[in-house]
Amino acid sequence: MHQTVNAALGVNLLQANQTEANHNRDHFDAWGITCFNLMSSPGAGKTVLLEKTLSVLSSQLNLAVIEGDMTTELDAEKLRQSGVPVIGINTGRSCHLDAKMVAGGLHQLQENYQPETFDLIFVENVGNLVCPAEFEVGEHTKVALLSVTEGDDKPLKYPVMFQEADCLLVTKMDIAPHLDIDINRIEENVRQINPNVTIIPVSAKTGEGLTNWFNWVYERINQNSIATH
Amino acid sequence: MHETDMTKALILTIKDWWEAQPTPPNIEKIHLLVGEFTCVEPRSLQFAFETQTQNTFLSGVELVIKDIPLIAFCHPCQQQYWPKIGEQYACPHCHSPMEDIRSGRELKIDRIEYSENNSLASS
Ligand SMILES: Nc1nc2c(ncn2[C@@H]2O[C@H](COP(=O)(O)OP(=O)(O)OP(=O)(O)O)[C@@H](O)[C@H]2O)c(=O)[nH]1
Ligand SMILES: [Mg+2]
Ligand SMILES: [Zn+2]
Repeated sequence: MHQTVNAALGVNLLQANQTEANHNRDHFDAWGITCFNLMSSPGAGKTVLLEKTLSVLSSQLNLAVIEGDMTTELDAEKLRQSGVPVIGINTGRSCHLDAKMVAGGLHQLQENYQPETFDLIFVENVGNLVCPAEFEVGEHTKVALLSVTEGDDKPLKYPVMFQEADCLLVTKMDIAPHLDIDINRIEENVRQINPNVTIIPVSAKTGEGLTNWFNWVYERINQNSIATH
Repeated sequence: MHETDMTKALILTIKDWWEAQPTPPNIEKIHLLVGEFTCVEPRSLQFAFETQTQNTFLSGVELVIKDIPLIAFCHPCQQQYWPKIGEQYACPHCHSPMEDIRSGRELKIDRIEYSENNSLASS
């Protein structure tokens, strides 16, 4: 006799990643660290923004960076110039960081430093508008970057990342005057899917908007330490 | 390709279930629910599944993927609507932002279809 039976599972495909991400967040909370996850398409300006950010904030805060890169250590090397500890994670062929990779990074952090001395960790995700949005790594805050050269329709075409972002940095504002781009349009499109997101136009080159960004970073750290203590 | 990672997660979950059964069942179909408002492309998932299950206990098993449409609920209008992915997410009537997603974010293993070969079990 041949008989077909059904077993109901109802298991989320990302459950394993989610469990690992929650575990990472528990560590961050126990150490008193706020974690930011920076996501954007390749070349939107994550590394240059981090260089500027580290150079200003590292005098006031204890920072570390977890740097995800598909094959190279280039970005990690660049950021090490600032003197801030940078843990490079080679993602291989994977086009995003996942919680397990970041857990490996935290392990290194624990071996080489005293994690409870850090205030803030930036995770630079792999440049990709699609995949990183589905893989939480244990961050408290998601920051999306969109450069003015990418066009104002990107939030509509790649909505998931923009929907989940707590902050959107519109980058490379110094070249906006040369382009046919409408910043208000970006804002309108993002607000259709994420009405409460903070939008900050910045230029790492001229420094425009960076103070607003730094203030926002401080605000988030404060909110987070109130929430977790 | 994150479909590869998701397929790995899928296979691991199924394997855990399979090994937990009193006698290893003969799996025929795996039913997935994949929402439209996710970063997963069903065809890539299908392909990754076929590739990764070759010569394993899941070889030849059919992966049935059900697309779940994006449905949002507009609170000012008190009604649901179907956002146009890639074009417009705000409510078509009052233009309120899409704040309440009712479906379309699923990435789930719904159920497993398997057969119990009784003659084998009794012999
Ligand atoms: N004009 C201008 N160029 C910028 C600005 N920020 C970054 N760039 C340039 O954009 C390019 C990419 O910048 P990165 O910081 O490497 O971008 P990324 O997002 O880290 O790139 P990946 O890590 O490869 O995804 C570099 O050539 C930068 O010099 C800016 O504010 N203005
Ligand atoms: Mg970079
Ligand atoms: Zn409405």
